[in-house]
Amino acid sequence: MLVSIYRYNPEVDQAPFMQDVELDLPAGKDLMVLDVLALLKEQDASLAYRRSCREGVCGSDGMNMNGKNGLACITPMSEVVKDDKLVLRPLPGLPVVRDLVVDMSLFYKQYEKIKPFLQNETPAPAIERLQSPEDRAKLDGLYECILCACCSTSCPSFWWNPDKFVGPAGLLQAYRFLADSRDTAKDERLAELDDPFSVFRCRGIMNCVSVCPKGLNPTRAIGHIRNMLLQRAT
Amino acid sequence: MVTSVTNFGRSGAYDWMVQRVTAVVLAFYTAFIVGLILFTPDLTYQTWSAIFGQTWVRIFSLMALVSLGAHAWVGLWTISTDYLKNGLQRFLVQAGCGLIMFVYLVWGVQTLWGQ
Repeated sequence: MLVSIYRYNPEVDQAPFMQDVELDLPAGKDLMVLDVLALLKEQDASLAYRRSCREGVCGSDGMNMNGKNGLACITPMSEVVKDDKLVLRPLPGLPVVRDLVVDMSLFYKQYEKIKPFLQNETPAPAIERLQSPEDRAKLDGLYECILCACCSTSCPSFWWNPDKFVGPAGLLQAYRFLADSRDTAKDERLAELDDPFSVFRCRGIMNCVSVCPKGLNPTRAIGHIRNMLLQRAT
Repeated sequence: MVTSVTNFGRSGAYDWMVQRVTAVVLAFYTAFIVGLILFTPDLTYQTWSAIFGQTWVRIFSLMALVSLGAHAWVGLWTISTDYLKNGLQRFLVQAGCGLIMFVYLVWGVQTLWGQ
């Protein structure tokens, strides 16, 4: 089969280019895209990509496979290959460091902006802050995010304003803390988000939902934040 | 918090609400105009003029005009901040849009209440 892969080494190449490689895959096996990358790296050791846990937990190997973002380690070839061809590109919208490795600084900057930690001004209890099972259940579908950036880099609003729009990943985490019964900084968090860019640049196209490798729904979380902002303002 | 001085109401929630409320007004006005054209058998200048001579139609039309201006401002402001990255270029386009909307509003008032 044919694998077309995005190559760019800023120290050597004038501009990025697509490299076509013919690859014989072992018969009778449905390899993951990450396995194919390992085969390619055996042929050409200069190929650069991130990987770590190889089981969809660390979020290192987010990339664009045949036009759709996802994690290479949990994407089977049978799911992604079209017409016996696989096109691999780095996550769109972020600066490329080399080949499939992108600079995630802007993504992390937006994550940092929403203060992704519990804030509670009340004195800490002796053992722990308790939470009812019902309140804990509100965090399901929010805390599982692994920050792979597949969602934010598939969002046109994030492509056009990565410095102003928090993006689906950051907003999912923003809601994770807004929905937490132990957090007491709700007003401060909402005040930080009530501008025309941070939340409201989301136009609800749901690319984030369709690519999330963990099956999470950032658009729903953004809708909840919007409702909280509207309730606060009316 | 991202600061912006050119959006409609300083707050994202306010702009969002304005866009939705004005959309509802515009939907009702569109239904009214389409209904008027479809269900008025002889739509001559005299009947049209008599309909628009009524105060409630004038108020409704002015409301639709103001809604159109506000709705278009929020929408075009969003598009211009997405695609125009040069500050001066963006400001000029936004100023042009604002001018056109203001002209339409004044022209509309003149048409509705003029002789």
